[in-house]
Amino acid sequence: MLKEYLTIKDVVGPLVLVEGVKGVKYGELVELDFPDGSSSRGSVLEISRDYALVQVFEGTRGINTTQTKVRFVGKSLQFGVSRDILGRVFDGLGRPIDGGPQIIADEYLDIHGAAINPYARDYPTDFIQTGISAIDGMNPLVRGQKLPIFSGAGLPHPQIAAQIARQATVLGKEEEFAVVFSAMGITFEEADYFISEFKQTAAIERAVLFINLADDPAIERIATPKMALTAAEYLAFKLDMHVLVILTDMTYYCEALREISAARKEVPGRRGYPGYLYTDLATNYERAGRIKGKKGSITQIPVLTMPEDDKTHPIPDLTGYITEGQIILSRDLHRKGIYPPIDVLPSLSRLKEKGIGEGKTREDHSGISNQLFAAYARGREARELMIILGEAALTETDKKFVKFADEFEERFVSQGEYENRTIEETLELGWDLCTILPREELKRVSEEQIKKYLKEKSSG
Amino acid sequence: MELGKIVKVSGPLVVAEGLTNAKMYDMVRVGKEKLIGEIIELRGGFASIQVYEETSGLGPEDPVLSTGEPLSVELGPGLLSSIYDGIQRPLDVIRSVAGDFVIRGVDAPAINREKKWHFKPLVKKGDTVTAGDFLGEVEETSIIKHKIMVPPQFQKATVKEIFEGDFTVEERVAILEFEGKEHEVKMLNQWPVRKARPYKRKLAPYAPLITGQRVIDTFFPIAKGGTACVPGPFGSGKTVIQHQLAKWADAEIVVFIGCGERGNEMTDVLIELPQLLDPYTGKPLMERTILIANTSNMPVAAREASIYTGITLAEYFRDMGYNVALQADSTSRWAEALREISGRLEEMPGEEGYPAYLGSRLAAFYERSGRVVCLGSDNREGTLTAIGSVSPPGGDLSEPVVQATLRIVKVFWGLEDRLAYERHFPAINWLISYSLYLDKIEEYWGEQVAQDYKNLHDEAMKILQREAELKEIVRLVGIDALSPEERILMEGAKSIREDFLQQNAFNELDSFTSLKKQYYLLRLIIHFYQLSLKAFQQGKPLNEILEAKVKEKIARAKFVPEEKLEEIKKIEKEVEKELQVEAVRTKNGRQGC
Repeated sequence: MLKEYLTIKDVVGPLVLVEGVKGVKYGELVELDFPDGSSSRGSVLEISRDYALVQVFEGTRGINTTQTKVRFVGKSLQFGVSRDILGRVFDGLGRPIDGGPQIIADEYLDIHGAAINPYARDYPTDFIQTGISAIDGMNPLVRGQKLPIFSGAGLPHPQIAAQIARQATVLGKEEEFAVVFSAMGITFEEADYFISEFKQTAAIERAVLFINLADDPAIERIATPKMALTAAEYLAFKLDMHVLVILTDMTYYCEALREISAARKEVPGRRGYPGYLYTDLATNYERAGRIKGKKGSITQIPVLTMPEDDKTHPIPDLTGYITEGQIILSRDLHRKGIYPPIDVLPSLSRLKEKGIGEGKTREDHSGISNQLFAAYARGREARELMIILGEAALTETDKKFVKFADEFEERFVSQGEYENRTIEETLELGWDLCTILPREELKRVSEEQIKKYLKEKSSG
Repeated sequence: MELGKIVKVSGPLVVAEGLTNAKMYDMVRVGKEKLIGEIIELRGGFASIQVYEETSGLGPEDPVLSTGEPLSVELGPGLLSSIYDGIQRPLDVIRSVAGDFVIRGVDAPAINREKKWHFKPLVKKGDTVTAGDFLGEVEETSIIKHKIMVPPQFQKATVKEIFEGDFTVEERVAILEFEGKEHEVKMLNQWPVRKARPYKRKLAPYAPLITGQRVIDTFFPIAKGGTACVPGPFGSGKTVIQHQLAKWADAEIVVFIGCGERGNEMTDVLIELPQLLDPYTGKPLMERTILIANTSNMPVAAREASIYTGITLAEYFRDMGYNVALQADSTSRWAEALREISGRLEEMPGEEGYPAYLGSRLAAFYERSGRVVCLGSDNREGTLTAIGSVSPPGGDLSEPVVQATLRIVKVFWGLEDRLAYERHFPAINWLISYSLYLDKIEEYWGEQVAQDYKNLHDEAMKILQREAELKEIVRLVGIDALSPEERILMEGAKSIREDFLQQNAFNELDSFTSLKKQYYLLRLIIHFYQLSLKAFQQGKPLNEILEAKVKEKIARAKFVPEEKLEEIKKIEKEVEKELQVEAVRTKNGRQGC
C-alpha cells in the first residue's frame, strides 16, 4: 500500500507543492485523487527534504489543499507496449480512447527513453519517396531523418503531412512500415482529418495515434510526444519496423513548457520560453534515427506553425538547429493557389547528399536538383526586378529565367493532393523545365548528363 | 573520501549536505548508481553539484561521495581514434557494455588498460631530465608518435631506470629520482580539465593553418595557434565547414567536440573519417582524430564539461610539439548549458538569462589556444588552434554569445542564410568576415607560394567590394545604368564568387584545394578580368567579352586534379588567345610555388 499524503501546501497553475514527503525520487510518477472523485497524474519536478514540486498533467482544477490525496508511485511515467498498440488511438497520456480493450503490455517503458549512443547510430542513407516533387527532387527525406514542416496558421500542413504518411515508400523494398501520430493541442477537426485519412487508406491498421486536443489539459502535451516516441522506439528497435512519426503541433508543446516554466518563476530565455527549450526539444527530436545492426528506423516529421510566419521565432529557430533540415511553407505560394506551397529555397534537407545518386535514386539527382535551385533563385530575383523596373529592363536571358521560375512553381512544385509522382517522373520534369533555359546556363549538371537527359526543345 | 547526503534534486542540479571538506570543482559520486558530478557552489554547509547523468530516481537522503579530486581526464597512448562523451567515457566501450542506448551509471576507463604499447626510450639511465622532456615514445597510430613526457612537477630529475619493451599504460616505464625520492613513471597520467596545462611561454602565431577551403585560406586565413569563430543561423552550413576543417586542416592532431549537436552528425564523422585519407600523409584521417560527442539529448551538465575535456586533450598533444586543431560545434550549446545550471543555482542573470561570467569563461577557454614553447629542454614549439561555431538565435549576431566570442577571437567567418539559399557554399559572407592574421600570413604566402599572391588577394577583395556597391545601383536602376567597364567588373566578381569562393564539400575533386591550386585559380580569374578590361579598351565589343567561350573552362578549372595544375595555366593561354591581347604579367608572376 502506497503512502497517501494530504499535505498539499500550494497550488500554482499546473504545479502542486506537497510537504512532508519521505522517500520521493526526482522524476517519479504521482497520482492525485481529487475530493470530487476524479483523479489526475503528475510527475516530480523538484524534490527536497521538505517538499516535492509536482507538475500535474490533467490540470489542477478541483484540487484543494486539505482533502486531495497524493500518492508517489515509485516509478516514472511509463507506457505499456505490445504489438497490439498498432491500430489503436490513445489520449495524450497513453490511455485508449477508441473504445477498445486495455493493452496487455509486453513491457512497460519509461517514456523519457535514453539517448542513443552516438557510436551505435547508423547513418541514414535510404531515400524515402514521398511522391511530392518539391520534397523528393529538391529536399529529399531519408530514413532515420528528422525533417520538420515549418508552417503558418491557415496553411495546408495537415494535408502535406497526411500525404507524406500515405505515400512514403522506400524504393525497391518491401518492409514492415508503421506510422505513429502524435497530436498536441490541435483542433478536433484537424485530428479528425488525420484519423479519417488513415481510415480511408486502411493505414490505420499500421498506425498508433496519440491525441491531445486543443481543449485537453495543456500540461498533458508535455508527455504526449514522449509517449509517441516511446511507442515508435518499441516498434522500430524491438519489432524491426520502419516508423514514420508525425508530431503536430510542436508550437503548442513549447507553449505548455513555457507555462510550467512561468509557474516555477524560472528566468526566461527569449520570448518567455525557458532557457532549456533547446535541450528539451532535442530530447524529443534526437529520438529519430537508425541503429547499427537493427533493421528498423525512426523518421520524424514534426509540424509547427510559426507565430507570424517568423522563422526566427524561438520555436522554429531552435527546431531548425536540431533537425536535419526543414520544409518551409510559403504564404505567397499558397495565395497563388499552389499546392503544396513548399518554398524550396529556404527549405533544406541536410541528409540529401547521402540519400541520393546512383544506386539510390539516379546519378543525375544531385546535379539537376542543384541546377533547379540555382535557376529558380535567379528566376525569382529577376522576377522581383521585373516588378520594380518592368519587363523591358530584363535581358533576354533573365526573361527566360523568369519564365522558368513561373513554370517551376506551376508544374514542378504544384501537384495534386493525391498525386504520387515517382522520383523518375520528378527528375524528368526537372529536366523538361531546363529546356526553357539557354544551354550554356546549365552549369550545375555535367556534360554527359545533359546529353543523356536533356530533351531538345519542342518549341522556341 | 567523505560521505554526504542529498537534500534536494532539481534537474541536473543536486544539493547535498555533510561534505565539509569538499572544494570547488571536486568530483563527487551521487546516489547508489554513483553518477559522476562536480561541485559548483558551496553555501552555508550545502554543496551544489552538477550531475553529468540523468538524475531521475535520485531523492533526498541518497548518498553523495566526495572524491576530493577535481574532474580530470586520463592522458596516455590510446586517445587517438577514440570517441568519448563529455566526461571522457569511451562511447564504443559503453556500447559494448550497455547496449545501443546510453544508460546511467555505466563506467569504463577512458584509456584501455589491457593493451600493450611498445615503449621506446629516448633517454638513458643516468640522464638528467626536466619537466616536459621526452622520456620515450610509443607509436600510437601509423602517423603519430605519442611522446611520454616527464610530468610537470619534476623540475630536475635523474633517470634511475628506463625500460624498453611492451607495456600497458599502468606499468612503469621509468624510475625518476627527484629531490632524493624515487618516482615511478607510467604512460598513463591525469590532468584536471579546468586547469590549463603549463608551457614555457606564448608566441605570436605565424604560419597559416591550411584548410583546403578557398574562401578561408585565401581570403580569411587562420594561423596555427589562432582562434576563430563561425557564427551563422541554422542551415547556413556551420557544421559542414567544421567537418571540412576536421578533414582537411593540416594539423597533426584534430580534436572535434560535438557539443550539444545532432547525433547523426557525429555518426557522419565516425563513418567518414576512417575512409578518408589525409592529403599530407596518405593515412586514414581517423588516426589523428579524437572525437568528443555530447549530443543535444545527452545530459546537459556533461555538455558544459565537454569543451574542457576536449581542450585538455588538445593541450596534451600540443605539449608533445604537435600542431593541434580543436573544433567546438557549437559553443552556443555550451553557453546554454551554463545558463541552465546558472538558472538552477538561482544566480542573478545577465543578458538574455546568461550568467554574468559568460564572457570571462569564454575568454578563458579560447585563451588556452596559442603557439607556445613547450616545457622541456629542447624548446620545441607546439600550437593549439581553437575554432568554435556559434549558433545565434535567429541568426542575430548581436546576441550575447556571439558578442562575447567576437571580443576574443581573431578570425570571424560570418555565415549567411541568404547565401545558403542560393546554394553558395561555404556560405561565408566575404563582406562581413575578417581575419586579423592576414598580415602575417601574407608574408608566408610570399615566401612559400608566390610573390604576387597578396596582390591577387587584394585585387579580388577590391572587385568584390566594388561589386557590392554596384549591385545597389543595379537593384535601383537596372543593369543598363552601368558603364561597360563596370559590367566587366560585375562579371569578374561573379567569376570570383562562383568559380573560386563556391566550393562543393561533397565533390571529390573540389572538397580540398591546395594553396598552390588556389593561387593558380585566382590568378586565372583575375587574369581574365584584367585582359577583358584591356580587350575592351582596345576596341573589342562588350558582348564578345561577356560571352567569351573560355569562361566555361574557367568555371570548370576548380575540378582540375591537384596533380595536373599545368592545365589551369593552359587556360590562361586560351584566355589570351580568345581575347586577342598580350598578357601583362607582373615580374614575379611565375616565381615561387
